[in-house]
Amino acid sequence: MRFAVPVFPGSNCDQDCAKAVREVLERPADLVWYTEDSLDNYDAIILPGGFSYGDYLRTGALARFSPVMEAVAEAAEKGKLVLGICNGFQVLLEAGLLPGAMRVNDHLQFRCSIQTLQVENNSLPFTACYKQGEIIRLPIAHGEGNYYCDDQTLQELEDRGQIAFRYHGENPNGSVAGIAGIVNRRGNVLGLMPHPERAIHDWMGSRDGARLFRSMLQYWEGMYGAA
Amino acid sequence: MQPEQKTDSVMQRASEKEPTPEMIRDQELFREVGLSLEEFKMITHYLGRLPNWTELGIYSVMWSEHCSYKNSKPLLKRFPVDGPRVVQGPGEGAGALDIGDGQAVVFKIESHNHPSAVEPFQGAATGVGGIIRDVFSMGARPVALLNSLRFGQLHHPRVRYLFEQAVAGIAHYGNVIGIPTVGGEVEFDASYDGNPLVNAMCVGVLPQEELQKGVARGKGNPVIYVGASTGRDGIHGATFASEELGEDAEEKRPSVQVGDPFMEKLLLEACMELVKKNILIGIQDMGAAGLTSSSTEMAAKGESGMELDLDQVPQRETGMTPYEIMLSESQERMLLVVEDGREGEVQQVLDKWGLQSAVVGRVTADGRYRIRHRGNIVADIPVNTLVDDAPVQYRSGVEPAYYRENADVQPEKSLSQVDPVDALKRVLASPNVASKEWVYRQYDHMVRTSTAVRPGSDAAVVVLDGLDKALAMSTDGNSRYVYLDPREGGAVAVAEAARNVVCSGAQPLGITDCLNFGSPEKLEVFWQLEQAVDGMSEACRRLETPVVGGNVSLYNESKGTIHPSPIVGMVGLVENRRHITTQSFKRDGDRLFLLGETKAELGGSELQSVIEGKVAGRPPRVDLEVEAKLHQGILAAIRKGWVSSAHDCSNGGVAVTLAESTFGEGLGAEVDVTSPWDPIVFLFSESQSRAVLSIPPQHGDAFRQLLEEMGVPCAEIGRVTGDRLTVRVNGQQVIDTPVQDLRSIWEGAIPCEMNRSSTN
Repeated sequence: MRFAVPVFPGSNCDQDCAKAVREVLERPADLVWYTEDSLDNYDAIILPGGFSYGDYLRTGALARFSPVMEAVAEAAEKGKLVLGICNGFQVLLEAGLLPGAMRVNDHLQFRCSIQTLQVENNSLPFTACYKQGEIIRLPIAHGEGNYYCDDQTLQELEDRGQIAFRYHGENPNGSVAGIAGIVNRRGNVLGLMPHPERAIHDWMGSRDGARLFRSMLQYWEGMYGAA
Repeated sequence: MQPEQKTDSVMQRASEKEPTPEMIRDQELFREVGLSLEEFKMITHYLGRLPNWTELGIYSVMWSEHCSYKNSKPLLKRFPVDGPRVVQGPGEGAGALDIGDGQAVVFKIESHNHPSAVEPFQGAATGVGGIIRDVFSMGARPVALLNSLRFGQLHHPRVRYLFEQAVAGIAHYGNVIGIPTVGGEVEFDASYDGNPLVNAMCVGVLPQEELQKGVARGKGNPVIYVGASTGRDGIHGATFASEELGEDAEEKRPSVQVGDPFMEKLLLEACMELVKKNILIGIQDMGAAGLTSSSTEMAAKGESGMELDLDQVPQRETGMTPYEIMLSESQERMLLVVEDGREGEVQQVLDKWGLQSAVVGRVTADGRYRIRHRGNIVADIPVNTLVDDAPVQYRSGVEPAYYRENADVQPEKSLSQVDPVDALKRVLASPNVASKEWVYRQYDHMVRTSTAVRPGSDAAVVVLDGLDKALAMSTDGNSRYVYLDPREGGAVAVAEAARNVVCSGAQPLGITDCLNFGSPEKLEVFWQLEQAVDGMSEACRRLETPVVGGNVSLYNESKGTIHPSPIVGMVGLVENRRHITTQSFKRDGDRLFLLGETKAELGGSELQSVIEGKVAGRPPRVDLEVEAKLHQGILAAIRKGWVSSAHDCSNGGVAVTLAESTFGEGLGAEVDVTSPWDPIVFLFSESQSRAVLSIPPQHGDAFRQLLEEMGVPCAEIGRVTGDRLTVRVNGQQVIDTPVQDLRSIWEGAIPCEMNRSSTN
């Protein structure tokens, strides 16, 4: 299983994501410059966190026009796994690959802390290694993680099991229904504000993020064999 | 060209808007840009004629305290700057120390006090941006940021605004560029009401063979300008930083630069690529005094000259004069010198990152600094007169009256009747001691996934990729101590920074310092500066932590003089990740040891401040021999794997050390001690060279034996247990309080203060 990590000008978690894949899964992960227009050689894509294009205009609003985003949409269409973390989630929203939009945190400050989350659906390609309802700890670091969608969309997300993670206890940004991460209808595109790549060793304060990457590998091996 | 002709064209350049050389002389206009008559005469002597307005501007910024250290240079020579690990001492963008495996740690701290006083968000943000450029201009990959902040009292709305905005500015820059802000410190005191301090530190790592220098060498080599275009922002920032903040400080707002961390991220990555390609002869950032200081310093260090054509400089505004272009402090700009003919290779990298660049000049061999604008020579100056021959002020200080008066103050007597529980709660609620989570949760402290000890412990620890080693880092300085006794306070700043690093499991390697003081023209302020430098130097010598770089910020005066505030940024090396230690108690049943000797030292203490509202007496003394032994003892025990937690005693004494150690895991402690002192003195004395360690029961005896053998006073004072903090002193129960109660006071103090003006 080969991972691509697209790099936009201003991405700053690209190395961290590639490192996590290598350390947790021992699988190759390549940094792919935003001007690339094909991701055919990859089985999964991780859109990293950071401040693509300085978050000018709106978070993710400029990155979505990068050539690589057409390739990401194509990969999603083919059923490949696409994971968007933090700014990557914001880019997926702007690109229309996930429903809803992102607003500034309700308290108007940037927030970095290790947050408690609940696994809302463990039957997804990204969550199979967690228990249903399990409480996990993942770091967050964002100024705009206040997820919003209209009532009808929220109902659909709830009904179809598209809410992957919810904040447990304190909601650190004011997001609708405490949403921390959602998938598309097909379940192969996940966007989440917390950073699983920052929680893969005990010394990081939590290693609950490692299982998200393991789930992806397990899913892929289930589909295509342990090649 | 004949010399006379050159001079003529220089003289002709004076535009209609700008004063003529004669007007500068006759109307003493040099004073407007911060130069004295004596300095003006020196300039005239060096040039052999009157300077024009552009040349005057260039001299004024290069000879400002900020760039030339003219007031502090003689003192800075007292710092120890050598050591077996020193790869690069003071004089470049940042210092560098050998950390083994062919790697070096590169670090520096710098102030951005004056800009932050008038425009706190941008002032603080660009302070961070500047220090990051200093580190990556050395070729190092920045891996961590720290800071040291001083604000007035939070009940003033203006102070809350400055605090909130400065923190937001620091957060913004570090978060966007993606370098974790892993540590720092904040103190609050009335002396900073009108003049906050914002010091930012950056730490980077590089393979030693990639170390870069800011030099211009090789006649004919191109000088390349990279990054943001030049605007009118920040003109005379360096001069502004070298004056007192007057009533008109608000009018200086245009002297504050505006930062773009996105641009700097691109610049950082592009420069890292250029370093790896090994095509740079010299690289320097355009910081204070912008194009002027970077180009003249590079030429001076390369013992060459330089010719610049200002028409080639990318400009974001039209009609800029040479004076404005030369003195602009627009951010996110770098100056490179490469071998002639390799411009294309540089261009390729810059194109990838979408950065604009221009060849703005050539290195020359004649030692002249020559500026062209629209075909005219607008400045022609001997390079060395700007850098090496900048004037030096030899000042002397006078011991202030308050220092003598304080000799008789005995705070131990007046404070001994205070109720210990009430005192502990009030000290924990003091913003100086209270949790700084409100601050650091706004900083991304985990990006780069290398942060092993996050903010809130004694020192931050960052692991090194591919190595078992880690770096510990801390910023420290107790301004109250320095005010009461600058020599002792200066030594304590170094000792405490080292102690913090040691408690995290690291060997202290070296320091960078930022000397924040009032006007050196005041005899008493100069005395503070001189004494503090001596105290710091002594401590650095004994603890074998050389000073590899730093910064001086004088004229920190608005309504009065700030407390003298030397800040120490210490870096230490953790040899093995298993040695990484934090301050929180880990296991019920661990035995508690207090290392070091407690004396009756409440002068300048947190207790004195919260109970009596004053700073008086003599501060705690530090015996550097004792301090060094303590460090060796703690490190030896940590390396044997015997230490569950280690936390040094500082602000608020043993009481705060114990309380803070319980907060992390919510594990309480039972402490029972015999002491020659009253409970209040035992609990709140701020005696130096002390730490509280928790040790698993099976290692306790061996631990005590080891420490005693090493000559470190070591008393077993209790154990980790339950969820209450209980303390008995000489058989009398003086504290018995749930950890949760203490923690909520400590956690809530700053958010409560800030709630008055913010929503969270």
